[in-house]
Parts: sequence; C-alpha cells; structure tokens
Amino acid sequence: MRVENHSVNTGRLDAIIQEFGGKKSNLIAMLQKVQEIYRYLPEEAMIYIGDKIEGLSPATVFGVATFYAQFSLEPKGKFEIKVCDGTACHVRGSMPVLNAIRAKLDMKEGQLTSKNGLFSLETVSCLGACGLAPVVVINDKVYPQMTSDAITIILDTLIQEDER
Amino acid sequence: MGNRTLDVNIEFEQRKAKKLIKSQGLRVLVCAGTGCVANGSLKVIEKFKELGANVSILTDYDKMTIVPTGCHGFCEQGVLVVIPEKKVTYVKVKEKDVEEIFESHIKNNKIVDRLLYVDPKTYQHVENDEKINFYAKQTRTALANCGNINAECIDEAIAVRGYEALANVLAENNPDAVIETIEKSGLRGRGGGGFPTGRKWRFTAANRGGKSYIVCNGDEGDPGAFMDRSVMEGDPHKLLEGMAIAAFAIGADEGYIYVRAEYPLAIKRLRKAIKDAEDRHFLGKNIMGSDFSLDIHIKEGAGAFVCGEETALIASIEGERGMPRPKPPFPANKGLFGRPTLINNVETLANVPVIMLKGAEWFSKMGTETSKGTKTFALTGDVNNTGLIEVPMGTTLREIIFDIGGGMRDGKKFKAVQIGGPSGGCLTEEYLDIPMDYDNLIKAGAMVGSGGLVVMSDKTCIVEVARFFMNFTQHESCGKCVPCREGTKNLLKLLEKIVAGKGEMKDLEELEELAKVVKDGSLCGLGKTAPNPVLSTLKYFKNEYIAHIKDKKCPAGVCTAMKKVVINEDLCKGCTKCARVCPVGAIEGTVKNPHHINQEKCIKCEACLTNCPFRAIVLE
Repeated sequence: MRVENHSVNTGRLDAIIQEFGGKKSNLIAMLQKVQEIYRYLPEEAMIYIGDKIEGLSPATVFGVATFYAQFSLEPKGKFEIKVCDGTACHVRGSMPVLNAIRAKLDMKEGQLTSKNGLFSLETVSCLGACGLAPVVVINDKVYPQMTSDAITIILDTLIQEDER
Repeated sequence: MGNRTLDVNIEFEQRKAKKLIKSQGLRVLVCAGTGCVANGSLKVIEKFKELGANVSILTDYDKMTIVPTGCHGFCEQGVLVVIPEKKVTYVKVKEKDVEEIFESHIKNNKIVDRLLYVDPKTYQHVENDEKINFYAKQTRTALANCGNINAECIDEAIAVRGYEALANVLAENNPDAVIETIEKSGLRGRGGGGFPTGRKWRFTAANRGGKSYIVCNGDEGDPGAFMDRSVMEGDPHKLLEGMAIAAFAIGADEGYIYVRAEYPLAIKRLRKAIKDAEDRHFLGKNIMGSDFSLDIHIKEGAGAFVCGEETALIASIEGERGMPRPKPPFPANKGLFGRPTLINNVETLANVPVIMLKGAEWFSKMGTETSKGTKTFALTGDVNNTGLIEVPMGTTLREIIFDIGGGMRDGKKFKAVQIGGPSGGCLTEEYLDIPMDYDNLIKAGAMVGSGGLVVMSDKTCIVEVARFFMNFTQHESCGKCVPCREGTKNLLKLLEKIVAGKGEMKDLEELEELAKVVKDGSLCGLGKTAPNPVLSTLKYFKNEYIAHIKDKKCPAGVCTAMKKVVINEDLCKGCTKCARVCPVGAIEGTVKNPHHINQEKCIKCEACLTNCPFRAIVLE
C-alpha cells in the first residue's frame, strides 16, 4: 500500500470494488460510482483502486479517468449545469445561452466550477432532446427551449433557493 | 436442426396479453420520453390518474387506463396525449389542460379543439395522426410501437407480436436460415457505415462453436440524432428480441448493450425490460425451453464519441480507454475479450424481428435498389415540425423537409441541410430531389450516418457550422493516430481564424489540402469522415468563406467577431426593458430617453434584441 492517509473512505471504495467483482473490465462502472459519491474522482480513490485491482495500476486508472468526458478530476458544483451544444441546439442558439450563464456566474471560458463552488458549467455534445433545442440540464432536470433571459431567471431562482 | 417444440406457447401468451389490454378499458397514451418529461408529462400523467380514479362516470368504458409510452417522435409538440379509440391526438398538453380533456372529451365525447395540432401551412386544426402530415407521410417499422405501448410493460410488447419472431426462430431451429433471411432482406447497418447486416452475421457465424458475443451499439454520439434513444426508451423489448435472434443465428450466449451515460431513462427501461424478459424465459438460460441461452448485460458509456467505433467500443466494454485499433482482425474473428463478436447498432437490431415475421421480401420491397427498408431520421433545426421520423429509403429531402417537416420555420429561407452529423455534409437546394439512400448521399458528398437531419436557413452561418463540427471532432479525437489528432486541430485553427475575421485566401487552399490528408490518413471512421463538413461546405458555399475572408462579413449575421448589436435611437422609447434583461449590464440610459449599448461589455447574446417591444435593436 502506497497511500496511508486517505481523505476518502476506503471502506466505501472496497464495497464498490466488491460490488463489481473486483474485475478490471468493470473499472468504468466503478469510477462512475465513486464520482456519484464525491461528485468528482479524488486522486486517492484512483490510486487506491489502481493498487487494489489485479491487472490495474494507478496510471491506467488515471488514463481511463482522463479519457472519458464524464469523469472530473476537480470537484463539481452543487448545481451541475450542462449546456447542450449539439447541432440542433447550436443552430437554435445555445452559444448566447452559454455566454449569458458565464456572464451571470462570472465564469471564464474553460472554468469548471464557480468561485463559490455553487455551480459547475460544461457543454455536452448532444442530450438527444433535439426537438426542444436549445436545452440546458441542471442536476438532471431538463430545461427546454432556453433563451439567455430565461436561463438568467432560472439561475436567480437556484441562487435564492440555496440561500434559503 | 429441424423443428422442435417449445415450453412457451407464444400464441397463448399473445391472447393473454391482448385480454389484459382489453381489460384496461379506454387507453389514454401519454408520452413519457425524455422530451415530453422535460415538458412536464409526469404531471400530466398524475393528473389523469387522479381524475380517472373516479371510474363510474365513464359511460362507454368501465374504466380508463393511463399508459405512459415511449417517444412519439413529435417532441416539439409535447406533451402529446393520444386516445386511439377516440382517434385523437392532443399536442402541447399541460397539467392544467387535463381536466378539460377529461370532462369534455372522455366524459362527454366533445373534442377539445384548442389542444389540437395546427397545420403550419393551412392553419387548420387537425384531429389525429392520420391527418397530421408529420405522421401521415411516414412508414414506421423500427419505430412502429414507440409511442403506442407502455415501454415498461412486457405484456404490451407481447400483445403487438413481441417475441413471436424469436419463438418461431427457436422452433424452426435453423440458424443458417435466419442469416439467409437477413441477407435476402438487404438490411444494411443503420449506425452509419451501411455494411450489409446479413454478411456481417455470416462472417461471425463462421466462428461458431466456441464462446462468442453479441454487442448492441447504443452509443449514439452524433449530435443531432436521437433515434436509438427513442427505440431503447420506447420499445426496449424489440431491441432485446432482435439481439436474441442475432445471437441465436451466430451462436452467441452472452450479450452487451453499450448505452451512453447521457441516456439515463433508456438505461432504466432496458434494465427493467431485461429482467421482465428473463422472468418470462425470453432471455437467460434455455430460452422458451430450447437449448439456446443468452445473458444480456448493460454497459454504461462515460462520454466518448469515438466509442461508437466498434473496436473502440470493445475496448471500452473491457474497461479500457476507448481507442480504436486497426482492422483486421475484424471483431467477427477477434472481438470482445478476444472472442468472435457481432456488433450491430440499435436501429439495425430493431428491424430484425419484423423482417423475421413478415419476410425478407416484404422488407426489400421498400427502399431503393441498393438500400432496402426504412430509415429513421432526426429532423431538427429551422423546420416547423421537428422530431423523429421514419421513411422508406429513397424518400427525397424535399418530401421530408416540406411535407413531413411542414416547411421552414417563421418563413425563413431554406439554405442547406446537414446530414449525418459530424461525419456528414451540407447539401443545398439542388439536392432536395435526389432519392436518399446510402450510395446517393455518398456521391453527393454527405452520408446517411446515423440519420441526423439539421435544416438550416439563411440565418445560419455555414462557416460557423463547419467550425462547430470540427470543434466537436477535434475534441473527440482519441489522439491515437497523428493525422486525426494533429490534423483536426489545425483544421479547427484555420476555421477559427476565418470565423474571427482574420482569414486569408491561402487558408482555403490549406484547409482543402489538410482535409484530404486527414481523410486518407486516419485510422478509424472518426478521422476518415471528420473533414466531410469542411469539404462539403467548401464545395457548395465557397462564397460564404470568401465573404468572411475578403469582405470581413458574415452573410448570416452569426459570427460574433463581425457583428455588433446597436440601438436605433429614433425607435427607442426608453422603456428600459433591454437594460433589465441584459445579463451583463451593458445597456445604459434613463427612462424615456434613448438607450445605448456599451460595446466593450456586450456579449452579443441578443437578449435585448428579442425583448425590445419597439424593434429598436438591430444587428449591424
């Protein structure tokens, strides 16, 4: 064992590894579970899994984690905003919506999480809800036919909700 | 080989299921696909259930049953409510409308006119699918049950002949005959490539005897395509039946469905469907009492477009980075875990049961010489009716856009249609009348791809669209081979330069040359087709590129570097609405005095423009 001081709960990780039979072909599913718990993949968790499972190394785990868009290596916000930028959404104006969100939350291009940690923002390629374009998803709730002022109102409501 | 008797009598199961459905009384179908759920269909369903609890008031039926269905395809008009026995389709239904439908139509047989679909051309109110052009001009086979049955109830699938084809196939017990039928039908892969399905099955079947796998590719990554999602959400049993038939034909006993993680509802419904099918012995050990067994697992993707490529998909199922590898060896010989593997796309497999039921000849009568059957398309963009459609191969783009799609939205002018997503191309007006099939589209510089059709008007900037797709493929390039990794990066740089108003004429030559290198030199389909959007737009819309480069103008008024939002002081009444909606506080001015936009702060989101009551804000 290389890592002694875990800020992650190794008991929980063991349970996840066990749930998937400790098989390396289930690595992606295990990482998905880990991310469900921590809202990102803590380095310690990746090292732990890499050491524990036969045929894997921390480097391979890190390689898989960085390959897939779903995995995040830094913590995500309490509200995860996904702006769909698939073709249909793009043609119907997803970029003005994205710009409005960035402006409202004071986030720069490429910045994942807002300074207060409340929001994280990313674009996704297609959510398959093209008939409702442009679409924004916040914590799995789909907001159809967005405009820059509609999303501003939604963000205001979420901010108020959080303050309460 | 030869006929055998099964434990399961499918005819008997069908009769039982039909009886069950009859006992439901009046069926009210409410769409519960991803699109309609976003529009509030779960609340509509709850409200209906609440009202329907009081059954004694119904005269013609002793009860009513609310059936949550899969996607009807007409997502933009959601929530859709269909009452088949009353031959009516209601659109854009909200929770507050439910009571009126119930009181007026269900109880008193009086149609609720204001909730009917309004034809965008004639402005007439249309009662049902037979009369709504969007549906009337379609031929639904793969999507036949989507929207008509409760996707979470196996009996509903059985009542519409679900698992009948599988029962027949198992009773006849002749795998080679199955392959022959699929070959004769002319079915080709619906995921993009268009490889003959029967031939793929035969290659894999040649390795019968040892362990082999069937894999369903549900990694629908093409932006703008959602047919596979609709099948998985709306008719999961058809997919499972198709997989079982394919597995029987090639001699596989284990299967995987690889689904994008972006489709949580599809994953949930498939999980339930697999369990229900296992409980009925339609999947699992000794299916229907035969010696054929099949276990199906679900693998969730984690967001990588390249995993739609079959060798990358295999790597991903094995838990590795989803990178493609050179072929041969083909998966038919050496695939998942090194064993022979058949990989088919969702829509391809969804066509299998109906071909086995109605015969190869029935299927091959539809379509063109080289492309048989029907194809689903996701129709989106600047058309009136957006949604999921299914038409015979060979249907023209004009029929799809102007008849089914109801023509251009808001009276905009048709400019181009983008077919086949990031691997496809843009086609112009002159191609509207060619019969669409695999080969004609390739000839025209596009491809069927997964079937995304994005209609663009003169308000869409073609150069920006090319940049958009290149940005996508560059981002999704796995980085294994140099032409794709470095080529897409440089193509994107050139396009970004042009869109930013800094392009030079020599960039166009460089674009074209580099595009050809990437096309010829890349390892897998992603890189080989990535330059298509650039090449096809250069071919048909060179003028627009030149306008960006020479005149520093975006003819569609889209490219932000070249546009300016300004207030016409003569028209501005100083109502302050624009200043209030501006998300960045870029608009200054006092009440009843003309306002002014601070160009340094403006992010060109056009919120002010769409909200100005006096149309005083314009793009310059």
